[in-house]
Amino acid sequence: MSVRAVVPGQLFSYTDGQSRLVAEGTTLGAVLDDLDRRHPGVRFRVIDEHGAIRPHVRFFINRQPAVALSHPLADGDELLVVGALSGG
Amino acid sequence: MDQIVLLIGTRKGAFLLHTDAARREWRLTGPHFLGSAVHHMVLDPRDRRTLLLGTRPGHLGPTVFRSTDLGEHWQEATKPPAFAPSADTRAPSVDIVFWLAPGHAAEPDVWYAGTVPPGLFRSEDGGDTWQEVAGFNHELLPNLREVIGPIPGGPPLHSICIDPRDARHMYVSLSSGGTFESTDAGANWRALNRGIAADFLPDPDADVGHDPHRVALHPLAPDRLYQQNHCGIYRLDRPGDRWQRIGRAMPAEIGDIGFPIVLHPRDPDTLWVFPMDGTENWPRTSPDGKPAAYRSRDGGESWERQDNGLPRGHAWWTVKRQAFCADAGKPLGLYFGTTCGELWGSHDEGDTWLCLAEHLPEIFSVEAATL
Repeated sequence: MSVRAVVPGQLFSYTDGQSRLVAEGTTLGAVLDDLDRRHPGVRFRVIDEHGAIRPHVRFFINRQPAVALSHPLADGDELLVVGALSGG
Repeated sequence: MDQIVLLIGTRKGAFLLHTDAARREWRLTGPHFLGSAVHHMVLDPRDRRTLLLGTRPGHLGPTVFRSTDLGEHWQEATKPPAFAPSADTRAPSVDIVFWLAPGHAAEPDVWYAGTVPPGLFRSEDGGDTWQEVAGFNHELLPNLREVIGPIPGGPPLHSICIDPRDARHMYVSLSSGGTFESTDAGANWRALNRGIAADFLPDPDADVGHDPHRVALHPLAPDRLYQQNHCGIYRLDRPGDRWQRIGRAMPAEIGDIGFPIVLHPRDPDTLWVFPMDGTENWPRTSPDGKPAAYRSRDGGESWERQDNGLPRGHAWWTVKRQAFCADAGKPLGLYFGTTCGELWGSHDEGDTWLCLAEHLPEIFSVEAATL
């Protein structure tokens, strides 16, 4: 089972400049774990040590907000990772 | 003296300012990690080639990068500083890697890191993986949080000082916490704040809760410590444990509030501070818009103003706690970075100042590295 992941420019240093990735997993947390296996270090930049989504990161699954790592994904879903706008 | 490189951490990335032994021509390179805050960048004095840098992009979590070729290539830490996972939603998570300090000369791969919110971390593999110093993070900090309560923005842990005579003897400081000493490599800690004013605490004789801005231990006289505090400038001579307020000798119209303190590496009685306006609502600017360093050559008994070459007025910047440093030259070179992105230097121990770089982002830290 695979999902499509789209990551922002802030993470390109981990993905060889690639925005569109493929990952496996049935929950948001599992997909992020798989992305971290493929692109080491990427998970800690968006999820803190306690498993919380970092304050300036947003996740959308099939364009709907996902706010918990337990959020389910199905085969073919799209995960959008966004660096949320803030500050100056 | 060999080649010097100033390591500049800014709000928007890192820069390197290179010169030779003559210190006349300067060449700026960078930026590294453009767009990411770099709070501290340090060259390992034990091998003179390993560079560690703590950074955090605006959107992502904090991390540490390492370079052995002056920033040509960077390698991210496999396991950056992080607290142990907790199910407690109030548990702090590392927000900023604020301070980096090489360990003792006899422990060549050991580094320490201080974070925001406060945490003390140790690496034993040159900065690739980091572990909590449990005695500090798990024993001392929870008790401290109960005393001082939450601090907006989270106070930084800084001024990690290792006794050159004993790798197990160390001091660390945290704003809104105080200075603490360990003699067993961080397993146990005791407060070292006697004599320090704390105008913002209800108990003037409190054991903890003080606000050290920068503490420095003299490398040749490790029983001598100096401190620039939120409430004055202090000196401590061990084994004594009561700080003496040497800032009382500063001119009254300037006061003794500031962030950085710099020691002369060859003379334990010579030091510099960079005062800022700490009156009323704490503007944190140069007093009256007229920046100046102040030097003492007698351990804080007296101070002299050093502003030759600096703006004569309407200069409303200041210098942060990691942004003032000395090289190892003769005469000593001094360097500071401003909150307005200027890098100033002196090659005559502060008698005259020159602007070496301008138009940089807000400068968080400056370290002078000898290659």
